[in-house]
Amino acid sequence: MTGWRAGIAATCLVLVLWQTVIWTTGVARFILPPPALVAQTIWENRALLAEHAVITMAEVLIGLALGAALGFVSAIALVASPTARALVRPILVFSQAVPVFALAPILTLWLGFGLWSKITMALIIIYFPVTSSFFDALMRTNHDWVGLAKVMGANPARIMWYIRVPAALPGFASGLRLAAVYAPIGAIIGEWVGASKGLGYLMLLANGRAKTDLMFAALIVLAVLTILLHAAVNKLCEKTLDCAE
Amino acid sequence: MTGSAAIDGTPIFSHLDLTLTPDSWTCLLGASGVGKSTVLRLFAGLADGVTFDGVLCAPGRVAMLAQRDFLMPWLSVLDNVILGARLRGEHPDRTLARDRLAQVGLADHVDKLPLSLSGGQRQRVALARTLMEDCAVVLLDEPFSALDALTRAQMQELTAELLRGRTVLLVTHDPNEAARLGQTILIMTPSGLVEVTAPSTPIPRDIHATDVLRAQTDLFDHLRRPI
Ligand SMILES: Nc1ncnc2c1ncn2[C@@H]1O[C@H](COP(=O)(O)OP(=O)(O)OP(=O)(O)O)[C@@H](O)[C@H]1O
Ligand SMILES: [Mg+2]
Repeated sequence: MTGWRAGIAATCLVLVLWQTVIWTTGVARFILPPPALVAQTIWENRALLAEHAVITMAEVLIGLALGAALGFVSAIALVASPTARALVRPILVFSQAVPVFALAPILTLWLGFGLWSKITMALIIIYFPVTSSFFDALMRTNHDWVGLAKVMGANPARIMWYIRVPAALPGFASGLRLAAVYAPIGAIIGEWVGASKGLGYLMLLANGRAKTDLMFAALIVLAVLTILLHAAVNKLCEKTLDCAE
Repeated sequence: MTGSAAIDGTPIFSHLDLTLTPDSWTCLLGASGVGKSTVLRLFAGLADGVTFDGVLCAPGRVAMLAQRDFLMPWLSVLDNVILGARLRGEHPDRTLARDRLAQVGLADHVDKLPLSLSGGQRQRVALARTLMEDCAVVLLDEPFSALDALTRAQMQELTAELLRGRTVLLVTHDPNEAARLGQTILIMTPSGLVEVTAPSTPIPRDIHATDVLRAQTDLFDHLRRPI
């Protein structure tokens, strides 16, 4: 409950600062629209915003699900096979040196203007945090648990499935929490590069027509959705994955 | 077991000659760091970093109970007890597991998570898990040393009753524990094993029995004056 109160207080603080800037500087409303105008725009364009938000959230959720699944499987594979680890880890680390933004045009070229180029973008952006946090947790399994399992006569596959994976789920959960924040970024970048739907597309469109209030409206809807997604993932993780802690 | 062991080239013990008496309790005492846990790990086949040079007559599958309970915090008490069967891909016998938990006095805690139990209760769950393994050889590494005196005495009696007739190797620091439970009592020193005469009465022995008290003081003297 205190979390909620603090959130509301912080939001009020931002609104006050926002309004103060407008009053003190007298900045034009097409540069920085006042909060009340943005609120009004959100209300008047609720159907339009909802239509585009649904597209963006679909991209984010599918990307999140696929990225989480792929990260889960790859982390296990990397831990299980030293050869895979030796080969793939340098590639993974190197891939982080490539700015993901640069990939967006290529993905659009390969996968088209539809959902898949954005889903892939979200997937790529969350793959590394999910994989590496789950991988690290898997590598840190308590030696004594593994020893106990060996004494009990377990083979490596069963040790992995019954001991190491459950013990590492909190690590997977922290990767997912990060992913919930990163995935919308991926989807929006994808939409900026080439799309005909989605909040990112709407922001560009509004910007092009100097409808700054609509741009801010789309931005706020995106931010709120991201916060809700993060909160939902957080709750889910607390309920299901954090029991090993 | 006869031989020497080293970790990373550092000798831990040399020319140790340890034979377990079948179907009876052997207690192993000795100074900290002398290599008692290493002996257990060798018997259990867990000595990854240890180079052993000698003859080790492997006892087959063993069950192990250590100072800490190593319960999986994400599994219920019952699931922890049947973990061994799961890990071997066998069909877990839940009825037997419930019976074992009842034997250690935890029938009412079957579905709880280990975190909600006390230290003594957790160690009893670990004991039930060890019993479930149903191995002829059981290795105990200071299993009661983290418990308070009263719980420890109860656990000693319970364990002795439930593991009756098995080949048990108990590592302990407590002369009283060795005097109560040991049918063979050995002190491990850097130069080898020293056998101390154990009382001949059946275990678990009464804490107040004169032979227990005598064996206990005897052991204490042995431990104090290194040979
Ligand atoms: N992983 C390791 N790497 C290097 N040395 C080790 C390792 N594990 C144990 N040793 C050394 O091996 C020796 C024996 O250790 P061990 O745990 O068998 O002693 P112990 O007799 O069980 O002691 P305690 O009574 O304190 O449990 C110690 O001197 C320790 O320093
Ligand atoms: Mg030890």
